[in-house]
Amino acid sequence: MTSVLQAQGLGKRYGRRWALRECTIDIPAGHVVGLVGPNGAGKTTLLKLASGQLEPTAGDITVLGGRPGGTPAQLARVGFVAQDTPVYARLTVAEHLRLGARLNPRWDDGVARERIAQLGLDPTQRAGRLSGGQRAQLALTLGLAKRPELLILDEPVASLDPLARREFLQGLMEAVVEHEFSVVLSSHLVSDLERICDYLIVLVDSRVLVAGDVDRLLATHYRLTGPRRDPDRLPTDQHIVSARHTDRQSTYVIRTDAPIHDPAWTVSRLNLEDLVLAHMDKRPAGSRPAPLEVQR
Amino acid sequence: MIWLTWRQFRGSAAAVAALLVVLTAVLALSGPGLASRYSAGITACVQDDTCGQFFDRFFGQYDTPFMAVSLIVLLLPALAGIFWGAPLITREMEADTHLLVWNQSITRSRWLAVKLGLTGLTAMAAAGLCGLVVTWWSAPLDRSAPEDLALMAPLVFGARGIAPMGYAAFAFVLGVTVGMTVRRTLPAMALTLAVFATIQLAMPLLIRPHLIPPVTGAFELSEANVDGFSINRDGDKAGPMEIHLRSAVPGHAGAWVLSSRMIDPSGRTIAENGLPGAVKEVSTTSGPCAPTGGPPGLDTCLVEINRLGYRQQATYQPLDRFWPFQWIETGIYALLTLGLTGFAFRWIRRRLS
Repeated sequence: MTSVLQAQGLGKRYGRRWALRECTIDIPAGHVVGLVGPNGAGKTTLLKLASGQLEPTAGDITVLGGRPGGTPAQLARVGFVAQDTPVYARLTVAEHLRLGARLNPRWDDGVARERIAQLGLDPTQRAGRLSGGQRAQLALTLGLAKRPELLILDEPVASLDPLARREFLQGLMEAVVEHEFSVVLSSHLVSDLERICDYLIVLVDSRVLVAGDVDRLLATHYRLTGPRRDPDRLPTDQHIVSARHTDRQSTYVIRTDAPIHDPAWTVSRLNLEDLVLAHMDKRPAGSRPAPLEVQR
Repeated sequence: MIWLTWRQFRGSAAAVAALLVVLTAVLALSGPGLASRYSAGITACVQDDTCGQFFDRFFGQYDTPFMAVSLIVLLLPALAGIFWGAPLITREMEADTHLLVWNQSITRSRWLAVKLGLTGLTAMAAAGLCGLVVTWWSAPLDRSAPEDLALMAPLVFGARGIAPMGYAAFAFVLGVTVGMTVRRTLPAMALTLAVFATIQLAMPLLIRPHLIPPVTGAFELSEANVDGFSINRDGDKAGPMEIHLRSAVPGHAGAWVLSSRMIDPSGRTIAENGLPGAVKEVSTTSGPCAPTGGPPGLDTCLVEINRLGYRQQATYQPLDRFWPFQWIETGIYALLTLGLTGFAFRWIRRRLS
């Protein structure tokens, strides 16, 4: 299977601060990829690198086999819906579609018009007068009608109310089913991504913590609860993701491919949100405490 | 891309076009009348040798519109830089719409090329048209203006001919480049204005005088270059006669005088640029320069001073260099524009996100 996004030691530095570093990932095609992490973790930087908005400071990135953003052909293959879904406030909805038609060789006018009609948007309305949800839908329409092979969305629903959020993601999923393209979307909330993503990347403090197929991640992570036990007494094929101890009890989140036979443990599965939080919980020794509890 | 550029630009372009149409119409209607009054006046004044007075009277009648149209031509390039150049990119960045438009199937270089081309050419066309129309309209006035408002004078030169086109192109690209590096509209506008104004002052003060090596010459004193005399009285004793020079040279009407000094018979400078020169060898109590009853006769006194060997030493750029200077200066601004454009293309590819 081909890759939509491949990064090798990718890094981006602003002045002396690394917004993203040592990022090595390989995302196979045909997935809806969720990129999660707290605010300021480097999600936007990674997505901007993938769309060619930014040039990497270190390492390499290829998107759909090409250098991001270099040529009109590459730009045509990748759609990008930026954070807060910017549109031209003074242009009407119809003019936005015209903009898309003029600037994109693979523009699908039928898709665009159908979507606008379905959403009940007035084509003569100025985009500046649209509600947040409508504006996001317009930006998504521009991204979809471009008919990209990969659509990147940066926190598309962060500023939307729950209903608009659901409608937006629903529209996105319908389009994915219909046109079969890959999607990478970021959010700082796992709950947004849980329903639609089948691939997950967790980014914390400018580093990739987890990257993998959601089903596989869920199948290999367990929560173990039992009498207090030191971490070095766990089997070597059980990788500790997080550990909590009270005086008498230990709770571990582990990742393992092998079944768990130890009868001392109460074994339970994790949902995606717990899994992500467990990974965020595992702080490297000596690093400053990240404000992750806030995310819960 | 052309459609989008036009869609975003058409409002302000239409406003400027409307203003230009009004200005052109007013000037086109009043221009022929102005020219015929001028030629009638010249025909009349040549007969009784009173053209000096005619020029003063004629120019005095029209000095307000003269200043107004010149000011419009001087301001137009700055406005293009501030209102078209500076916001070109900052407006997109402040609304984040650059992320929308730069992710369509079009490279940033192409986006910038169309934006710069269409808006920049419009700015150049507006300033060029305005400059040429004003040059045509004010031709009779330029011929009768006093030397500090003549065609070659720093203030007027930049409001005539083809130079405004060069200024507009430069100011616009300067605005775009400043906007790109500053990224915020208001600071970019202010900085564009400051930088452009500085360059527009530096050009006539430091660079333009040396575009072609100026001419230096010694001239006899005459009505053409002497403003007047004065005799300073020190108590009862009359002091030496002082001669005030004008910024003009005889035989080169309309020349841009860079310096004008008085030199004595030995060739020594006795009065620096703009200061009155004291002529000690001329008696102010008797002879042709003595105020006998009335004021001293200018002509006879000057004959005496010239005979003694006093001269005006002037460095100047003659009027017939007006068009060479226009072309050279426009060329300089064109080169600056190209340099900034190259910088802008490199910057948009590498530095902006």
